[in-house]
Amino acid sequence: MDTLNLLMDGFASALTPINLLFAFAGVVLGTAVGVLPGIGPAMAVALLLPVTFGMETSSALIMFAGIYYGGMYGGSTTSILLNTPGESATVITAIEGHKMAKAGRASQALATAAIGSFVAGTIGTALLVTVTPIVVKFAVSLGAPSYFAIMVLSLVTVTAVLGSSKIRGFASLGLGLAIGLIGMDPVSGQKRLTFGFAPLVDGIDIVVVAVAVFAIGEALWIAAHLRLTPTRTIPVGTPWMGKEDWKRSWKPWLRGTAFGFPFGALPAGGAEVPTFLSYVTEKKLSKHPEEFGHGAIEGVAGPEAANNASAAGTLTPMLALGLPTNATAAVMLAFLTMKGIQPGPFLFENEPDLVWALIASLFIGNTLLLLINLPLAPLWARLLKIPRPYLYAGILFFATLGAFSVNMQVADLWILLLIGLLGFALRRFGLPVLPLILGVIIGPMAEEQLRKTFQLSAGSVSGIWSEPLAVGIYILIAILLILPMLISFIRRSRGIQSDLVETVLGEEHEPAKHKAELTGEKEQRVGKDES
Amino acid sequence: MTIVVGYIPSEEGEAALATAIDEAQRRNARLVVVNSSKGDQLVDDRLIDAKQYHELEARLTQSGVDFWIERKSQGIDAADQILQVAEAQRAQLIVIGLRKRTAMGKFLMGSVAQRVLLQAGCPVLSLKASNDW
Repeated sequence: MDTLNLLMDGFASALTPINLLFAFAGVVLGTAVGVLPGIGPAMAVALLLPVTFGMETSSALIMFAGIYYGGMYGGSTTSILLNTPGESATVITAIEGHKMAKAGRASQALATAAIGSFVAGTIGTALLVTVTPIVVKFAVSLGAPSYFAIMVLSLVTVTAVLGSSKIRGFASLGLGLAIGLIGMDPVSGQKRLTFGFAPLVDGIDIVVVAVAVFAIGEALWIAAHLRLTPTRTIPVGTPWMGKEDWKRSWKPWLRGTAFGFPFGALPAGGAEVPTFLSYVTEKKLSKHPEEFGHGAIEGVAGPEAANNASAAGTLTPMLALGLPTNATAAVMLAFLTMKGIQPGPFLFENEPDLVWALIASLFIGNTLLLLINLPLAPLWARLLKIPRPYLYAGILFFATLGAFSVNMQVADLWILLLIGLLGFALRRFGLPVLPLILGVIIGPMAEEQLRKTFQLSAGSVSGIWSEPLAVGIYILIAILLILPMLISFIRRSRGIQSDLVETVLGEEHEPAKHKAELTGEKEQRVGKDES
Repeated sequence: MTIVVGYIPSEEGEAALATAIDEAQRRNARLVVVNSSKGDQLVDDRLIDAKQYHELEARLTQSGVDFWIERKSQGIDAADQILQVAEAQRAQLIVIGLRKRTAMGKFLMGSVAQRVLLQAGCPVLSLKASNDW
């Protein structure tokens, strides 16, 4: 039981008072940013990067993990009480959760969300412990062509499968890849897209891009929409659950976990698909199908578990392959790189203390989150009363500080403003933010693998499909891209919706439709939320 | 003759409204109810929603006074709104509710009541919530 020993070592270092303190700070901050719509864990982690320069790497990483998990808990509170999903992953929770709250069952909805998140988070983290070392063993044997294929797969799935509009997704991805290209060519040393502007030669730091898109873009967006009529939350007491609620919740929790973890663990990532699948499944299996649409507890328990399990799953490719599949993981990896740690399959070998302390802190953070969320949910809802000018002034301050502290050069501030304007434009035109961020971070990594591939194959294009796994992944990508088109073509030529098509297509088209229907004018906001 | 009352759905607001209605009946004056918020919070309980608006309307109709409800959620803050309405309506009296604020709270959030008291061009009647005294 080598893994178990390592995990115990991890607990030993995560349970030191100072690391516990950082874990606590992380979960509190994470819940707070999760509750506030438009502000997510990715932004929080990006803004905190300058603060962590003087900190131990493990302490900082533990805090970030707390923020990451906390965001998932906090998002459900807003979804249930306000019907405004705090995070894109909690869109589905709002469907039944808000109905429950309106029917006076807000306490039960919050309780099943928090306990379900805890159950799923704990199981998910345990799965992470078992699965990741296996993936690492496998990943070490992978060559450059396979790596490149996996990266293409994750970019394509995030862009084409998760979003509501493929064209918008690819536009956003293209922008990200273009930003990722800026700087010196890693092989030939040629300057690319620098326009003779010296500070661009080193490329644009991912932190500057993340802070600009999330913080500046969001602040500009809010500034442009500040004069919206205020809404109200539904007043609520301490969350609790009756016997009947427990009985109806525990199965959806486990099923949600089963949906969430694999989706997160695949380099495709994303919590939207599993939460939706979980919702559909619960609707089918429920003994009270008539309650769906009027506040069924299963419809909250399942998706909430799914989104937390997928949050745990997402850490698998991040730790095992060095491949982020959501914005928060991307910023966390950027942090590791800044600290001089090379993410990838050798991370477990080179930095076992760090990795296992992080994993142990996930268990601890999850427990802390249950403790601070269950009794204090009404208190968290009061965060929504912070006057937004104060909130965003603070965010802008930290954004500027963060962008400046990366390289200590004034040019970064101009770049920050420019990309911030781009972030505003993304929101304005309904482009998803995630493909852009992943394009910026995965783009250069994929390029490196591609160049290696070509070096190995002496410049021959056939090098790209020289490994069997790579071929398999390209076929999968082709299927993912062509299948929805094919189905919609068949559907159109038949003119009727057959049940089979509906089930196969479910995960492709329904989420978008549902989101639009249920959140109405908020749809646009959801589009740019961080995951 | 006009009386302006600053109203938010809270105990202080209710106290102010009840007294303002009494006062309007006694003086046979027109009552202008101002419900205002800057609209800078995402969630704002101080602003009345449609249901509360209708309840307020019904209540004022029942009291028999001549009334007008000003509900503003965008732009200027509550104190300026009350003062502006009072000036425009040439109010003889402003009625507001007070609540206890710590020095720090006042420093951070400002005090609507203090500004109305200091800047009003007419007498101001201020009340605490009925169970506070």
